[in-house]
Amino acid sequence: MSDILLQIDGREVKAKEGMTILEAALSSGIFIPTLCHHEKLEPYGACRICTVEIESRGRTRFVAACLYPVEENLVVRTRSEKVDRIRKMILELLLAHAPDAPALQDLAQEYGADKDRFEKESSFCILCGLCVRYCAEVKKKNAIGFVDRGARREINFIPEIASKECWNCKECFSLCPTEALQAAYFLTEALAFPSPSFEPASEE
Amino acid sequence: MPRINSPAELEELRKGILSKRDPDKPCIAICAGISCLALGNDRVISAFEEEIKKQSLEAKVDIRATGCHGFCEKGPNVVIYPEEICYIEVTPEDVPEIVSQTVIGKKVIDRLIYADPNTGEKAAHQSEIPFYKNQTRHLISNNTKIDPKSIDDYLALGGYSALSKALFEMTTEQVLEEIKKANLRGRGGGGFPAGLKWETARNAPGEEKYVIVNAHEGEPGAFMDRALFTGNPHNVLEGLIIGAYAIGSHQGFIYTRHDTPQLRDNIDIALTQAEEYGLLGENILGSGFNFNVEVHLDIGIFVSGESSALMRSIEGKTPEPRPKYIRTSVSGIWGKPSNLNNVETWANVPQIINKGSEWYTSIGTERSKGTKLISLSGNICNTGVVEVPMGTSLREIVYDIGGGIPNGKKLKAIHFGGPMGGSIPESLLDTPLDFDELAKLGAPMGAGGMLVMDEDTNMVDVARFFLNFLTDESCGKCVPCREGIRQMLKILTNISEGKGKEGDIELLEELSEVMGEASLCALGKTASDPVLSTLRYFRDEYEAHIKEKKCPA
Ligand SMILES: Cc1cc2nc3c(=O)[nH]c(=O)nc-3n(C[C@H](O)[C@H](O)[C@H](O)COP(=O)(O)O)c2cc1C
Ligand code: SF4
Repeated sequence: MSDILLQIDGREVKAKEGMTILEAALSSGIFIPTLCHHEKLEPYGACRICTVEIESRGRTRFVAACLYPVEENLVVRTRSEKVDRIRKMILELLLAHAPDAPALQDLAQEYGADKDRFEKESSFCILCGLCVRYCAEVKKKNAIGFVDRGARREINFIPEIASKECWNCKECFSLCPTEALQAAYFLTEALAFPSPSFEPASEE
Repeated sequence: MPRINSPAELEELRKGILSKRDPDKPCIAICAGISCLALGNDRVISAFEEEIKKQSLEAKVDIRATGCHGFCEKGPNVVIYPEEICYIEVTPEDVPEIVSQTVIGKKVIDRLIYADPNTGEKAAHQSEIPFYKNQTRHLISNNTKIDPKSIDDYLALGGYSALSKALFEMTTEQVLEEIKKANLRGRGGGGFPAGLKWETARNAPGEEKYVIVNAHEGEPGAFMDRALFTGNPHNVLEGLIIGAYAIGSHQGFIYTRHDTPQLRDNIDIALTQAEEYGLLGENILGSGFNFNVEVHLDIGIFVSGESSALMRSIEGKTPEPRPKYIRTSVSGIWGKPSNLNNVETWANVPQIINKGSEWYTSIGTERSKGTKLISLSGNICNTGVVEVPMGTSLREIVYDIGGGIPNGKKLKAIHFGGPMGGSIPESLLDTPLDFDELAKLGAPMGAGGMLVMDEDTNMVDVARFFLNFLTDESCGKCVPCREGIRQMLKILTNISEGKGKEGDIELLEELSEVMGEASLCALGKTASDPVLSTLRYFRDEYEAHIKEKKCPA
């Protein structure tokens, strides 16, 4: 595959055709924040925190770095006033769900996001889909999935599969940026094994 | 049914159909459309059938259950041919009188014809009723002349002659050129030039290519695609086959509503009949061109009408949009070039091929050509499906065709484009119906839903209504859309409940910017448009709600 030359934050960067902006940036040591990205998983483009500013064919646009394929002579700015403003707002929207998540707190500091800007939401899941996609793409079990849509979307373990598969796996736990997943899991377990001897598990 | 193997045989068949038809034979065309169905037209249809039987007129009079006539406000609609007498608000009780007086006696029944509510002036024929008279109906007018379940009815009106012309008298390049020259722009919302999209799909690498009809019509307040497709399915199908020929596709898909059985039935019947005649399938009309069509049902969520979500849905996956950094016309269904157009876009194709791009471009404005179907609804005297040339002023649509605002109220605003559209005030009523003019004003035409609002309308509530719709209809995948809509809706609800605070308007604007720039698909990118347009033209209403805790409307 041929090499592609592009510019990221004023630096010439060499990339391979088919790479995304995020991959090209990472390979040159340029940092772009991500929340729903995982190298073992297909790019997803849901959190939008990796939004960058690009100039392509004479137009300035904002695109998700994890998905946008590199082009010859593409100009990318990983930070700009507007990029920062977008990231700040995205963080504030997510902090309404998971104000204590370390991954969000670190970024909040960087972008000056106020964790109390929006009223707190009852669900602390930020729906990055890492658990769902890891289970589907890597483990190929589909024990956890999304239910419902729009503002009502949530994740849910499928009891029939979860009761067989999850106990010995739990690999998705460590992926969760908000650590909300355990709670969800135990809840489902309680539903899946409604036995009198059930005891709440101790902290992991 | 005989298979047709050449253009000559098609014309033979057409001649045969016409020779068996007596243009002077009375025909009762009853709207079997969805709006009239709600008004009890099924009972009207059965009443006509019974009456004709009772009077032993089966051989002398035809009954035709048709698609939507357009004048939904006054349904059930009945047209008596050959005189083309229009009866409105027909009940089963009127039927015996219509048959004896009008069908047989050739007399007009005064009480069943249209009377102007202001002047009392009566109109017995479609061509005299202001609602119809002021329209230019190139696409929807055939609805009254066709039983959608009869391909012969479509052939009798010249149907499939454009397909025959394209396949035998034109190269694929010429068909493409004609559509490009006609500057046919997509009717599904974006107004993207169809010819350019076709060209991209045609030139995209790969042997296998798909063409798709978007008949999802998810926009609340839009019902014209259903009216057209249910009433004249072959018109859309003919356009699709011609498009497939130009693009080099041998497989088509129709993506349509799961909740409209009548539409589904008519499409299925149309496909079967077209196939039996050899107008679809292998070696169409003996040309060597092969093309098949599959029907897919939507799952009833608004975002599944978005192109990439629709294509995922056809693949059998959940209809979640994907970023279109690579266009679907290059990589769509199963990664193959896939050309998607709206029902109305496809329906325009046969007439462009038949009458030529020059004829087509003589209608409309500089950059918006042809006619446009509009679903007229809200605070308007004549709700219904309307067809006008592009460039018609909104004032003409509201007053000349729509009959104005009921109950002596004043017009306040017009909303175009549903949940991803915008509202403009009465002062802009002379704006022409034009993709670009309306978009500039913040009220993009969308698919053609035109909602008329009177002086009692609370504009904050209008914005809230559409956002509330979208909270359930976005897929919920990406943060700016899902969370942005959630927060905007909360702010709007607070404002309309008198709990708004200083800074709310600015926060709405800030959220709009982030949603517009960072959302994954067009739903999130434009979800805040109703808010932005109402802020642009009715900001004082928001301020009054917040400062004085009251609603000025
Ligand atoms: C959320 C969303 C919903 C849509 N729904 C429809 C629809 O119901 N019907 C339609 O024709 N286009 C719809 N569109 C537009 C399609 O994505 C696409 O642009 C269109 O079908 C292309 O056809 P056209 O170029 O002929 O207009 C929708 C777009 C979005 C973003
Ligand atoms: S913008 Fe809305 S509808 Fe589109 S992908 Fe994001 S969440 Fe789904």
